[in-house]
Amino acid sequence: MRRLLYLLPVAVFGILALFFLRGLTLNPREIPSVLINRPVPVMNLAPLPGRGDTGLTTADLKGRVSLVNIYGSWCIACVQEHPYLVKIKQTGIVPIHGIDWRDDPVEGAKWLKKHGDPYDRVGVDPAPGRTAIDFGVTGAPETFIVDKDSIIRYKHIGPVTPEAWEQTLLPIIKELNK
Amino acid sequence: MIAEIGHFALILALAVALVQAVVPLVGASRGNAAWMALSGPTSAAQVLLVGISFAALTHAYVTSDFSVMNVAQNSHTDKPMLYKVAGVWGNHEGSLLLWITILAVFGGAVTLFGRNLPPGLKSRALAVQAMITVGFLLFILLTSNPFARLEPPPLNGQGLNPLLQDPGLAFHPPLLYLGYVGFSMAFSFAIAALIEGRVDAAWARWVRPWTLAAWVFLTCGIALGSWWAYYELGWGGWWYWDPVENASFMPWLAGTALLHSAVVVEKRDALKSWTILLAITAFGLSLLGTFLVRSGVITSVHAFATDPARGVFILGLLVVAIGGSFLLYAVRAPALKTGGLFAPLSREGTLLLNNVLMATGAGTVLLGTLYPLFADALNLGKVSVGPPFFNAVFLPLMVPMVLAMAVGPLMSWKRSDLAGALSRLKIAAALAVAAAIATWVWQGGSLGPWWAAGGMALAVWLFLGVLTELAERIRLFRAPFGQSLSRLAKLPRSAWGMTITHAGLAVFIAGMTASSAWKQESVQSQKIGETITVAGYAFTLKDVQNVQGPNYLASRGTFEVSKDGKPFAVMQPQKRQYKSPPMPTTEAAIETTFLGDVYAVIGDSGGDGGYVTRLYFNPLVVWMWAGTGMMVLGGLVSLTDRRHRVGAPTRARLPAHSVRA
Repeated sequence: MRRLLYLLPVAVFGILALFFLRGLTLNPREIPSVLINRPVPVMNLAPLPGRGDTGLTTADLKGRVSLVNIYGSWCIACVQEHPYLVKIKQTGIVPIHGIDWRDDPVEGAKWLKKHGDPYDRVGVDPAPGRTAIDFGVTGAPETFIVDKDSIIRYKHIGPVTPEAWEQTLLPIIKELNK
Repeated sequence: MIAEIGHFALILALAVALVQAVVPLVGASRGNAAWMALSGPTSAAQVLLVGISFAALTHAYVTSDFSVMNVAQNSHTDKPMLYKVAGVWGNHEGSLLLWITILAVFGGAVTLFGRNLPPGLKSRALAVQAMITVGFLLFILLTSNPFARLEPPPLNGQGLNPLLQDPGLAFHPPLLYLGYVGFSMAFSFAIAALIEGRVDAAWARWVRPWTLAAWVFLTCGIALGSWWAYYELGWGGWWYWDPVENASFMPWLAGTALLHSAVVVEKRDALKSWTILLAITAFGLSLLGTFLVRSGVITSVHAFATDPARGVFILGLLVVAIGGSFLLYAVRAPALKTGGLFAPLSREGTLLLNNVLMATGAGTVLLGTLYPLFADALNLGKVSVGPPFFNAVFLPLMVPMVLAMAVGPLMSWKRSDLAGALSRLKIAAALAVAAAIATWVWQGGSLGPWWAAGGMALAVWLFLGVLTELAERIRLFRAPFGQSLSRLAKLPRSAWGMTITHAGLAVFIAGMTASSAWKQESVQSQKIGETITVAGYAFTLKDVQNVQGPNYLASRGTFEVSKDGKPFAVMQPQKRQYKSPPMPTTEAAIETTFLGDVYAVIGDSGGDGGYVTRLYFNPLVVWMWAGTGMMVLGGLVSLTDRRHRVGAPTRARLPAHSVRA
């Protein structure tokens, strides 16, 4: 009996090690969004001043696979991802729509003039940002892949990096375009 | 060229470590003195080779040699020199190299200072130390080469994460690693003792100072990290129970338990197998921390870039080192002779209680840290475990521990009389109750949480308990005053160490309680000229200006702060935007007073002409840092005790006129 007690540490460690082995194949950062595979929320967002489009509505997302990118002129990480979004726009693979989230529309428009404008349509979602809440946005930037039937298929948290685009987003878009 | 020399030196070090891991061990079992003695020159050679390698990487950073990939990814020419050097260990590969360097230095120190160690124990311990080195050298050479070249070299590097560009954090990793790796000494000696089948007072006398030194470094390292989080992250908090913080806290708890149980081994020849187990566990938890931070199994705000191949490797290392040690323990520990017996109510008894509570505490932290992994692996969904769990489970465990801390040192070895010890603590108890009532009345019964009174009472209890013990030792008021003074002067350093460290914990508890219970904060959009009052301090936002730093742009807010109508301070928090890599940081402005920190953070412009400002009053925060400083000081004082002094005769010579306390 006493002997068994001495085996306890190695037994506990053995169980821990099995969990670690399993843990190496899991990704704790993957946060499932409750809105995946649900239709995009109903929205009717006003346009940015001076941009020339008519804003962003639910109907605009029908018919084509598209990206919806949440940004704001106050958002620092958006500056980081923005040049890459402009590049994606130039490839013409997928239309990108922007939601200027919790922002002053004038500032949001100025910011696009300064950093480049990769968007087809832009809608303004002023504070407190009801539409973004309906999307399940937790912070900016976030990017959603919406399919032809305007159903949300994927949510990317944080800046869209070249790696994330090539390894994750682009394959999903190609799959949806089939 | 220099980078290649560094790489080559690492490969040579691996060869040397392999020799050191095998030959002295075989020599010790065969009684071959020459083979055993080989552990000396090999450990010296390792210091040299690993030192060359570390110097080579440092050279690449200092000269901004961007043809080395590691430098290109983590450094930048604009970076101040301090952070170029700190950049060496501000990344996965370099920090591993630092780990190995410290490991080699500790091995060299055994050779240098361990002349009067029994040769068998010494050569076996050094062989075990070399095995750890082999594991880490293989890890760095096979998966994480810091000297990999980049062709063509970029014009400039990507820079170090700006959050890490901070003097506090520059020295945080080396101190932490000195602690982690320091526990490898206790580990190596524990394994050597298991192989020999003997643990005695001489073993404990050797292990204690090394464990104490590691503990001092680890305490410093954790405190520095915590201090950094407090002033840099701008949330006004200092501990978040983040997995990486926990990874450093668990070895600390196990190491603290080890320090105390090793005392029992040395003085009373008891608790041997438990002490061995703690020595393995303390280092095992250090390794586990390394695994958690670098494998990606747990999400944390400050994990290294992760790579599954590395994770598999460290897991393998963990299984061999810790699984193997526990297995050896299961086989050999039952044969260890149990020494002195003691009654539950004795100093040994209270030290054992402290050990059990510390170990349980470490266990709960481990459970909370790994719970998200367990849940995910068992398909119970993604969960996160936050401060509420730890505060609810860990802190209650520490209450009986602190209560016992005042009593334990007043008890005698072997068998003691609890009533006698408690009767000496009457004043401490009375004042602790008074402190609780005073706190309760002061916070009006409802202003603060109920536990604040308990926390303050514990702090008073412990502090006065420590003073009571000191007074007992010098027979204050019971012997003539002059005699007490001369006793005070002759107290051994280790006694002073304990007194200072325990008193430091009391000060820390007071600071922790106050800063958690009575923190006041106000978050708002504040316009220029607007005044917000927090805890009696009136913050007027005078202006917000753009300022240029060496590698960042910042908007700097200027607050004029007054208290009771009198000017108190001008505070200038910043919001910085670093250029490489592009990342924002907040630089809080903090004015420290004895009673609390006045803390201001400026955020983004809110769009309506105002700025998001966070203003805090954090009571007694400086007490926490002071308390931690006392703990570190106590450890250092204790290290200078002549009985610990390396190279001193194994039996301390007592001065002829000294009286045994």
